[in-house]
Amino acid sequence: MYNLSGKTALVTGASRGMGRASAIALAASGAQVLVHYGRGAKEADGVVAEIRQAGGRADAVAADLAAADGPHKLAKIARDIVGDRLDILVANAGISKAATIEETTIEDFDKLFAVNVRAPFFLVQQLLPILSKGSCVVLVSSLAARGVVGAIPVYAATKGAIDTLTKHFASLLGARGIRVNAVAPGVVETDMSNFIKTDAGREFALGIQALKRVAQPDDVGGVVAFLASEDARWITGDTIHVDGGSKL
Amino acid sequence: MSNNPVVMITGALTGIGRAAAAAFAKDGAHIVVSGRREPEGKALAAELRGMGAEAEFIAADVRREDDVRNLVDRTVARFGRIDAAVNAAGTEGQPGPVIDQTAESFAATFDTNVLGTLLSMKHELRVMQAQAHGSIVNISSTYGHEGARGASVYAASKHAVEGLTKSAALEAASSGVRVNAVAPGPTETGMLARFTGTAERKAALTKTVPLGRVGQPDEIARAAVFLASDQASFVTGQILNADGGKSAG
Repeated sequence: MYNLSGKTALVTGASRGMGRASAIALAASGAQVLVHYGRGAKEADGVVAEIRQAGGRADAVAADLAAADGPHKLAKIARDIVGDRLDILVANAGISKAATIEETTIEDFDKLFAVNVRAPFFLVQQLLPILSKGSCVVLVSSLAARGVVGAIPVYAATKGAIDTLTKHFASLLGARGIRVNAVAPGVVETDMSNFIKTDAGREFALGIQALKRVAQPDDVGGVVAFLASEDARWITGDTIHVDGGSKL
Repeated sequence: MSNNPVVMITGALTGIGRAAAAAFAKDGAHIVVSGRREPEGKALAAELRGMGAEAEFIAADVRREDDVRNLVDRTVARFGRIDAAVNAAGTEGQPGPVIDQTAESFAATFDTNVLGTLLSMKHELRVMQAQAHGSIVNISSTYGHEGARGASVYAASKHAVEGLTKSAALEAASSGVRVNAVAPGPTETGMLARFTGTAERKAALTKTVPLGRVGQPDEIARAAVFLASDQASFVTGQILNADGGKSAG
């Protein structure tokens, strides 16, 4: 659908779920993709194998994005592979933890912000030297950033921070020709949304959406591929809600 | 969507609508272009056929329901269905401060931008809901979600377009039909030239855009093509800013 041949991409958290779908969609459009993982080495190798089997180029890269220096290490690994030009960064890696206000610990709070906000921020910072004119960053927000979907207040706040960073990054990096957008999925059938495997959970998910099906990771991957493409060259600073029309 | 989607475009003779016609034609769509001026419309259809697309012009004034009904019915008669519709018919009306507005200036803007969008969606949805598929893309503006000094009525009309878009998305979703809007920022069209008037005012407007220029009609059209496509299969009720970052600041 889109032509990304000759482009290089880094997708964090790409061993499964939406990151995996995004990596595969970018590779299918011709991009060389770095498939980042935190713990799922085997799954990441599987994604790389799938991309290579289809004739694409991919490598798995590991880094712990909960660690303070994780983004710095990942940026260095990425630069060692792609050299002096990264065209597409999809900062997808994220964690969630359902917890009420009373149940939330300082450790939980800090870890959620470390992985979901600090890591994308410093990954962009560390990769800026190789993000050239015409490159783009895609951050991952969530429906939770603009409405209540269960007891996940800290997770939701991290995603609100992503929407804010998207606007500020876009504004600050526009003059350098770097576009920054976010995708905000609703409930997507991934390991993070285990609750939709129950009837009650599924009913809840469908209840908040206009479209009456549960989103698959591919539904997000296609939007990421669009945002990375020339067709989106005039789109920056926006969050695209891929949520089947939730909370309209 | 099929390899040769049937796409109907209102306001297709100029600006963003015209660019959308060309963008869909490049992607292999069968296209019905609509507008009020027959000679220009026929010339555009011929141009699109020259690009290899199957294309027809059907005259319609979106302010008149009989015209819109006829446009939709003749599109279906010609191509059998409507996979996507782009409602690009719009006017800047008579820009000026609130204290100068009149019932006439209000109607001149709202009749095309709001009533026209409503009537277009009414008849497009009649067909799409029966088909149980389809995608509608309305054209809003960044002024559809922010105020605009000297363009209050235009801004109000585009706010209305966004309300119509979200509401229609809620109603149409159960049929598998999606409804979204593209919200362009300043775009290199005749409308922008009429809006800004002078080169200085245009330059001042450009300064508010992080990417540092105004958009091209084709760049707005590409956003519409995306929303109409299967890549956006889970996107509905959304307003996609195609504005070089203007909304973000």
